[in-house]
Amino acid sequence: MSVISDTLDVTPKSRGPWATALRRLLRDQAAVAALVVFIVIVVFCLLAPAYAYWAGTDPFKSTLDAVIKLNGQDVPVMEQSTEGLGLGYTPIGPTWQLGNYFLGADNQGRDVMARLLYGGLNSLFIAGMATVVTLFFATLIGLAAGFFGGIIDTLLSRFLDILWAFPVYLLAISLSIVLIAQGLNLGIITIESGSLWLPIFIIGVVYVPYVARPVRGQVLALRESEFVLAAIGLGVPSHRILLRDILPNVSTTLIVFVPIMMALNMITESALSFLSIGVQPPDASWGTIIQDGQTLLYTRPMVALAPGIAIVITVLALNVLGDGLRDALDPRSKIRIGRS
Amino acid sequence: MVYALLQRLGQMLFVMFGISVLVFLIFFATPGADPAARIAGRNASPEVLEAVRKSFGFDQPFYVQYLTMMKKIFITGDLTSFVNRGWKVVPAVLDTVPVTLSLVIGAAVLWVVFALIIGIVAAATRGSWIDKTLMVLGLIGISMPVYWLGEMLNLITQSRYHDTWMFSWVPPLGYKNFSDDPKGWFLTLVIPWITLSILYIGLYGRVLRAAIVESLQEDYIRTARAKGLSETRILLRHALRTSLVAFVTLFGLDFGALVGGSALLTEVVFGLQGVGKLTYDALLNLDLPIIMTTVLYASFFVVMANAVVDVLYMLIDPRVRTA
Amino acid sequence: MLKVRDLTVSFRTEQGIVRAVDGVSFDVGEGELLGVVGESGSGKTVSLLAVMGLITDPNAIIAGSIQYRGRELVGLKSRAMRELRGKEIAMIFQDPMTALTPVYTIGWQIAEQVLAHNNVSKSAAWQRAIDLLAEVNIPKPEETAHRYPHQLSGGMRQRVVIAMALSCNPALLVADEPTTALDVTVQAQILDLLHKLRRNHGSAIVFITHDMGVMAEIADRMLVMYAGRVVERGTKQELFSSPMHPYTRALLDSIPPLTGERPRRLRAIPGTPPNLLNRPPGCAFAPRCTLRFDKCDTEPALGSGQRAAACFRVPA
Repeated sequence: MSVISDTLDVTPKSRGPWATALRRLLRDQAAVAALVVFIVIVVFCLLAPAYAYWAGTDPFKSTLDAVIKLNGQDVPVMEQSTEGLGLGYTPIGPTWQLGNYFLGADNQGRDVMARLLYGGLNSLFIAGMATVVTLFFATLIGLAAGFFGGIIDTLLSRFLDILWAFPVYLLAISLSIVLIAQGLNLGIITIESGSLWLPIFIIGVVYVPYVARPVRGQVLALRESEFVLAAIGLGVPSHRILLRDILPNVSTTLIVFVPIMMALNMITESALSFLSIGVQPPDASWGTIIQDGQTLLYTRPMVALAPGIAIVITVLALNVLGDGLRDALDPRSKIRIGRS
Repeated sequence: MVYALLQRLGQMLFVMFGISVLVFLIFFATPGADPAARIAGRNASPEVLEAVRKSFGFDQPFYVQYLTMMKKIFITGDLTSFVNRGWKVVPAVLDTVPVTLSLVIGAAVLWVVFALIIGIVAAATRGSWIDKTLMVLGLIGISMPVYWLGEMLNLITQSRYHDTWMFSWVPPLGYKNFSDDPKGWFLTLVIPWITLSILYIGLYGRVLRAAIVESLQEDYIRTARAKGLSETRILLRHALRTSLVAFVTLFGLDFGALVGGSALLTEVVFGLQGVGKLTYDALLNLDLPIIMTTVLYASFFVVMANAVVDVLYMLIDPRVRTA
Repeated sequence: MLKVRDLTVSFRTEQGIVRAVDGVSFDVGEGELLGVVGESGSGKTVSLLAVMGLITDPNAIIAGSIQYRGRELVGLKSRAMRELRGKEIAMIFQDPMTALTPVYTIGWQIAEQVLAHNNVSKSAAWQRAIDLLAEVNIPKPEETAHRYPHQLSGGMRQRVVIAMALSCNPALLVADEPTTALDVTVQAQILDLLHKLRRNHGSAIVFITHDMGVMAEIADRMLVMYAGRVVERGTKQELFSSPMHPYTRALLDSIPPLTGERPRRLRAIPGTPPNLLNRPPGCAFAPRCTLRFDKCDTEPALGSGQRAAACFRVPA
């Protein structure tokens, strides 16, 4: 009777959602460029020890009487002058010679370039780990509140409300001031006062509501979706539903949050370090170096300028990457970047 | 209706109570914390520590200390600083409010105007190089730490180019009272306004553009076109109007937080003695009564802002009203 | 009044050029109701969007001729098109739930259209809005004019949309599946309304649908479209009593009979419409046609008369 022609379309084999997303991401030139820039920065910072070794400087020791070779002449790192620190000494400015106080010296005679690289390492590490902390707790809370509802949801939501009603920076500063002095001792976890894990913990905790609320919202919606209701009706135990059905769907949201949170965390950490309550000496971070550069701001601006530019470039790259990830994974998402 | 309001009020109070308890716990009850030691200073002898403890009431159980402090803030109003004895806290906080308000309101005006312009222009020219440039500029604005930006602006206006015609008017850092010296007040605030608003211009410009572009995909825009309306009218009257909801709600929350003291980095960098700076100084000195008061003040504004935003939402979006 | 000749609308896509509308020609006379029927993807909506100048996709290429009362619309400057749109040619769409801007009252939205095309006062425009609401049988029009779209049901909203479209007495109203999203009972009311308005205003209507039952009720003349082309045209009586094109016949056959034995299976047309990206040569319907023969490998032409079908089985 009827002839089904062989010119009928056959639906091409469909790729999984991850593969499609990856293809879309790779086609986004800006996102790819941002990723490359970010990786380059990370690699440079990882090379910090190598650079310091090659330059022959120790960026953590105060070297007020160091002398370097500049254009064949011996030049003291702290020059005599009447301006600047008012002590009669001004650190030298950028020499623009790699390995030889490239960006000049800070007020303790230390090689700014080497410190910049080490500082970057710390800043990136803190931002990354804090993101892990935030995502971990936010997912736990979001899943519990959204899935189980009832009293658990009420309690957790109120807790998140209170936490979030505290302006983020004030909370971070408060926690930092108290914990920096004596460290954190929760019985099971002990963090020493000078450890990097302190800012990691603080920044991580402070942003939990920022991620937990969207996660909770998504879990709430998913819980009412037909496939979850079917699973519940079939008697599938809760933990399996959470793991098998809900978590994978929430994971796209979480992935988009990674670069966004890293960008936010970098700025927050730098602010805390700038206020001297983030990374503690002798460790450095981009924020502490900006603080170091404050007294030298009008005479040797490079000390404050360089780490700032480093932050801007890194955060910019992360934001562009976050944009690209969001467009690739879920163009309809309402997650926007860059705010606390 | 009244019931809903009361419920809302109850929620607000609960949140503020929660915050006050949280702050109290952070500063008084963190394991290993000893406020007496902080006040008495290091190397204080045990007798001094005891005396300090007694006089400040640290030997009382926590809840008593908490209640005493709350009473002093709200009822008797005679809470005094731990660090500068005799300095009344509540008036001190209130004194700094005008400075913060001057900074924040000025910056808000700036950022709303520019974000609107950028968002609308970018949406109107979507896909073009104008759009892309504006969005990149916005991204850069978001990516700069506000205190660093402030420092760099200071560098330019106070030092490097201070003697040029462009920046010679910039006065030294600090705040001038409006009532004493209106011109000085204005001039000292110009650079801080710019610094604080750049971040928000970037953010809100991007948010607005995205919201408008999204609105333009809706069916009612197609109807508006079919009616023969001009693209400008469609953009401004139909797309923008529906996008304003998101814009206004975000703005309310951010503005509330800033009034409460979130502008502290800007205040610190520019030497403006506002609420944020006061909070920061108090935190450094561990001056607990001031911390307590300013944090309560800050959270009050955040909570207020949330409530106001909800009301505004009802006013702007008719769909919510009858729900 | 409306003369469309060889209208072609193509879209540039990543995979190539898609011809959504391919050489379509039709006429609409003053005051008549032309029904356009076809499956999804047949090009029926896109052709009428082209007539309205509502194709905003920058990747669209429009060729051919659209003449409205002697005036060429293809390539017309957007400002001139805007003056026509909403005033002399109006269009209403399928989903009434999302058709109106949520933040303005319906009276305001109708008045907006009146004010855009007529130099009248705001109060006069508002009064006109109320009159129109009364005309479309909306109860208590003075009050309802102050309501927001979300406060009205789907049927009511569609009436508002119709009122808005007729506000400037257009000569031509294009209705793109206006009843598809509504209940059958509401559908009947809307169709009655359109009848009445046509009588009162004298506008011509182009009614797009995929529902042959609706066609039977209201059309004067009909156009059957498939894969971006017109495959048959004629009066309603002609098409329903003696359909010429196999596709038209298949469409009619697929309607379950009102009387007689109830069929165990509905007669669907096997297969799917062709991919418009790589359209195979010859008659587009051939792969699904029971009457295909060797001549169908070349493109059958649609005759130029009022009654014509693009099929080699049909005597020219």
